[in-house]
Amino acid sequence: MSVIFRTLSALVCGAIFGFGLSLSGMLDPTRVRGFLDIFGAFDPSLAFVLAGAVLVSTLGTLFARRMRRPVLDVAFHLPKKTVIDRPLILGSAIFGIGWGMGGFCPGPAVASLSLGVVPIFVFTAMMLVGMLLHDNFFEKRGLVLRRDADAQV
Amino acid sequence: MIPDTWPQSLAGGALIGLSAALFLSLDGRIAGVSGIVSGALRRLDENLLRNLAFVAGLMLGPILYRVAFGGWPLVRIEGSLGVLALAGLLVGFGTRLGSGCTSGHGVCGLARFSPRSLVAVVSFLAAGIATVAIMNALGVA
Repeated sequence: MSVIFRTLSALVCGAIFGFGLSLSGMLDPTRVRGFLDIFGAFDPSLAFVLAGAVLVSTLGTLFARRMRRPVLDVAFHLPKKTVIDRPLILGSAIFGIGWGMGGFCPGPAVASLSLGVVPIFVFTAMMLVGMLLHDNFFEKRGLVLRRDADAQV
Repeated sequence: MIPDTWPQSLAGGALIGLSAALFLSLDGRIAGVSGIVSGALRRLDENLLRNLAFVAGLMLGPILYRVAFGGWPLVRIEGSLGVLALAGLLVGFGTRLGSGCTSGHGVCGLARFSPRSLVAVVSFLAAGIATVAIMNALGVA
């Protein structure tokens, strides 16, 4: 029974996330790149999105900290790692380069698959290849420093 | 300077924050899309169903938007297929190496006052800004 509730909860959370992305204008890579274009045609929309998201998310975090356990699980599953290391900085920079090139990050890329546009399929397919490349080749062979195994971030 | 769609951006952002807050208090997990997508790719365990359901929900989002407003959300793609393919590869690899993306580090990590996430956000923002500036200077799209 709890599996059904957990699956349903994830589906609803994903749908709220995807609807929020659609409403916010962040499915549009041109608009996202406009935010990064601070020396050119700057579009501050993404700052409003991030402000709204972080504000509500912070309230949720403060609320969750008062809970002994989440509603549908026996314990919280949060990243435990606190050290600021090279994979964190290098990986985020590599992500940032791809983000700047295409204007897509993982959330909007996956959500906008529904629109059935070929370039989005190409981007997302290659994103999955990049993830598999990291997880199954680089990480398994110890070519990158170990990440926090619990980090679902 | 500020687009007149800023209230939609703020409201959409608040919904993304609500999703993260709900996922944390119900499932006890971080609503980080790169982690969830890669989890849906490889781990054949109890988390697989949850990750797949979240991904399905994400894709449902634009469809709900269409039902509510009578049209798809605006998506303007300017980059060539080659640029997008390379961009996708870098985004996939980078988010896994860096343990997160805009949602995990940005929306959730900043809300948890995580120093690691703050460093990640500064790193991907700086790299993104530099990339767009360089591409504009070289006239690449």
